[in-house]
Amino acid sequence: MGPNLFTNYGEAVSAILFCIGFTNLLLQTNLIKKIIGLNIMDSAIYLFLAEKGYIAGRVAPIVVNGVTSTERYINPIPSGLVLTGIVVSVSVTALMLSLTIRLYTRYHTLDLDEISTQLKKEGK
Amino acid sequence: MNFICNFPFFSILLSLFSGTICSVLPAKAAKIVNRVVIIVIGLMSAVLLLYLLSTGESFIYWMGHFPAPWGNEIRAGVLEAGMALFFCIIMYLSMAGGAHKLPGEVVESKHNLYYILVNLLLSSLLALVYTNDMFTAYVFVEINTISACGLIMIRQVGRTIEAAVRYMIMSLLGSGLLLFGLCIMYDLTGHLLMSNIKESVGLIMANGEYQIPLIVSVALMCIGLCIKSALFPFHAWLPDAYGYSTVSSAAILSSLVSKGYIFLLIKIIYRVIGFDIFNSTRIIDVLFVFGLMGMIFGSLSAIKENDIRRMIAFSSVAQIGYIYMGFGMGTQAGMVASIFHILSHAATKSLLFIAAIGLTDVSGGSRKFADLTGAAYRNKWAGAAFTVGSLSMVGIPLFSGFISKLLFAQAAVQVEGKMLASLIVLGISTVLNAVYFMKTVIRIYTSKADTPYTSITFRDRKAYTVTLVCFILLNIILGVSSQPVVDMIGQGLAMFA
Amino acid sequence: MSKKKTAEEYQKTFAFRFFRWLSGEKDPYSGEVEMQPQKEYRPDPEAALRREKEHDAIMDKVYDTEHNKWMHLFHRLYQTTSILFCLFLIALLLVTVSYLPAIGTVTRPVNNEVSERYIEKGLEETGAINIVAGMILDYRAFDTLGESHVLFVATITVLILLRLNKTEKDEAEVNDRRFEPKNDAILQLVATFLVPVIIIFGIYIILNGHLGPGGGFSGGAVIGAGLVLYLNAFGFKKTERFFTEKTYKWVCFFSLSFYCLAKSYSFYTGANQLHSVIPKGTPGTILSSGLILPLNIAVGLVVACTIYAFYAMFRKGGF
Repeated sequence: MGPNLFTNYGEAVSAILFCIGFTNLLLQTNLIKKIIGLNIMDSAIYLFLAEKGYIAGRVAPIVVNGVTSTERYINPIPSGLVLTGIVVSVSVTALMLSLTIRLYTRYHTLDLDEISTQLKKEGK
Repeated sequence: MNFICNFPFFSILLSLFSGTICSVLPAKAAKIVNRVVIIVIGLMSAVLLLYLLSTGESFIYWMGHFPAPWGNEIRAGVLEAGMALFFCIIMYLSMAGGAHKLPGEVVESKHNLYYILVNLLLSSLLALVYTNDMFTAYVFVEINTISACGLIMIRQVGRTIEAAVRYMIMSLLGSGLLLFGLCIMYDLTGHLLMSNIKESVGLIMANGEYQIPLIVSVALMCIGLCIKSALFPFHAWLPDAYGYSTVSSAAILSSLVSKGYIFLLIKIIYRVIGFDIFNSTRIIDVLFVFGLMGMIFGSLSAIKENDIRRMIAFSSVAQIGYIYMGFGMGTQAGMVASIFHILSHAATKSLLFIAAIGLTDVSGGSRKFADLTGAAYRNKWAGAAFTVGSLSMVGIPLFSGFISKLLFAQAAVQVEGKMLASLIVLGISTVLNAVYFMKTVIRIYTSKADTPYTSITFRDRKAYTVTLVCFILLNIILGVSSQPVVDMIGQGLAMFA
Repeated sequence: MSKKKTAEEYQKTFAFRFFRWLSGEKDPYSGEVEMQPQKEYRPDPEAALRREKEHDAIMDKVYDTEHNKWMHLFHRLYQTTSILFCLFLIALLLVTVSYLPAIGTVTRPVNNEVSERYIEKGLEETGAINIVAGMILDYRAFDTLGESHVLFVATITVLILLRLNKTEKDEAEVNDRRFEPKNDAILQLVATFLVPVIIIFGIYIILNGHLGPGGGFSGGAVIGAGLVLYLNAFGFKKTERFFTEKTYKWVCFFSLSFYCLAKSYSFYTGANQLHSVIPKGTPGTILSSGLILPLNIAVGLVVACTIYAFYAMFRKGGF
């Protein structure tokens, strides 16, 4: 075990959340729960990134009164990465939801295993 | 700077932009735009490749007004340009070979959406090939995933939608791991550009301070990309996705999409972590074992299959196993063999998918082997093409598959400890390949007297047959004059360092 | 004593109408508002029965838990291994986290020359007061270009999945009328006040993307939310007067093309060391920071339309 587990409690929380989301996405059979898992996983990554940018006692990187000294602002890069990541996760969630709608209208169930069984029964 | 250096940037932007343009065009115009864009990008890549071969040096291209480590960059070397050219060729042939089936498979009003997806897929592949920035790679991986999912489910039958859901789930797990690994990497090095990360990684390995998280981050990224490229235990989505989507989609997905991720992994190994550092970790052993398992289990599943397209799809699992086995050897020779196998598999697999559709067309649309009996007599060109593909997959001399197997065997001999395992599995896998491919070839050449199906000749499908001939030629060229290609791969890998 | 009104006179007064309305006898706006109670959903009993039977048959086959001990066991095993897998992953990542550099400190590797330059020179080089906006739209603009295309390709896939053809559309229309709220007076009144405020706030966020917190994506999402609220209150008929699939197509086309072309120009001049003609302006004013403002507007338009399109496709399969 390394020295920084308790100092990095924010990152630890995000790591736990990531694993919960990951397991949900991988092992739940209900599609909606899978999508919730996906969102938990993505949010955990954004929390992780946000923790990276933080520096104690500094403010958000929006220049105030023309002061541009590095002593004043936090690291802007992780914030930018989070922004990009959020857009990606919105798009992916929309796609997954529409796939779910499509499967539900056709097979009247959200259970992926059940859908597979029905498909095998159809035999096409 | 020479004007030719702009070409990578032009290719990426052109294909992105053509995707946007196709959204307002009618289907016919979108098709023309798609074809023209692929040809233009292919030509640009060819010119770029010649230019790079003549100068013998890779170059960095700034995406913006700021140099590294502040701005965004792309980078072009021999390997990148060659890959881009090859991707364009395969994509053009796959689109041309499946074009006549498209109206029957996709609703008329959604045709232009199909071309948008293909254009964006091409742009993301090019960006993955050329990028020199990890986060850019992540963003384009996502474009690649979403457009590939679109290509799977644009033919809307139950199986494809279910396959698309499974594909998305697997891909999203992969992206999540990739992004998490990337974040850890960023935390340790403070950079996102590949060259800068590599410097910091070297320092970390020398200091020994953050070694454990570094290894974990590398492992996460590797697993993420393995999941996305359907390495053995993660291939559940693959047979349905390749077996039931439109012909062009199946050809493009099997030959290009997974290769894009694998190429990114190669880039990460060489340009981010460093080849020697990567080989000193245990990760390559894991890749090696999974590669071997994929080679055997993929072939076994293919033998059990009674559906020609699903059989070809399962064969992809085995072939991806070969590629990862090459990574797992941890030598330069293994890497060269893997990269050559990427080329040869892409050329062969798309040929097989396109040829299979010609065979099923003359068998009343059925993919069952019983109906395919004698199909090669009813559609001679498709039969010939399928035979060429099968021979190449099995590894008969003259065809590209033989060269890659030869390279793998040569590489295996040089590696102590892994030689025996790789040679044995290579042998078993070749026999298994022969079993199911030769079974099919014999089946389609077994003449059947009372056939209810009509045959198709060259005159009926000119464009399709010409495409098949091009594919056959491509395979033979790769198989006969392999030495220049192998040299080029070696040169490209040398430029990576 | 007050003057006595005749019955006819009394019927014309406000008080009469008010008390009738209060007792629920009559609607004061009769004729203007559709006050029908929602029709009960009456499913086709035969189809439902058949579906149930099929479902049961499948469930019997798949999860025949009572008679199938192996299935039961497998289920248990599945759950246990899932939890164990999750715990294993958590342990692995926690160990990793414990080795990472401590957060909140200045000395960690992320605070290197890259972020220093973004902060120190960002204002001068990009002209944006919001350093994050300057970073994502100038220093690392290629990522953001890719990101807006992720959104675009996602809408395309949603269109492929959910867009309906003519006959299905009519059916969807009927379903939509049956299940969704229609002409709800309270919702409409609140929306009349709220929608303009929301949309103006969204525009403010977009236009101030380079001056303060905000930018194209957040502003676009706010505008999109405003449009969705408007749609919910007033129905598709009203929104289709100004927003159809065609509008969506062209707005997206022009915004993304502008984005692509503008950034291509800037990449091209940057890489070839040419002088870019785009002025930076004085930092702090609304017309400053070169391309960032127009790019924010383009992204905002795309995002607003996309969010509305997602909602419309999910609800009705077309708009």
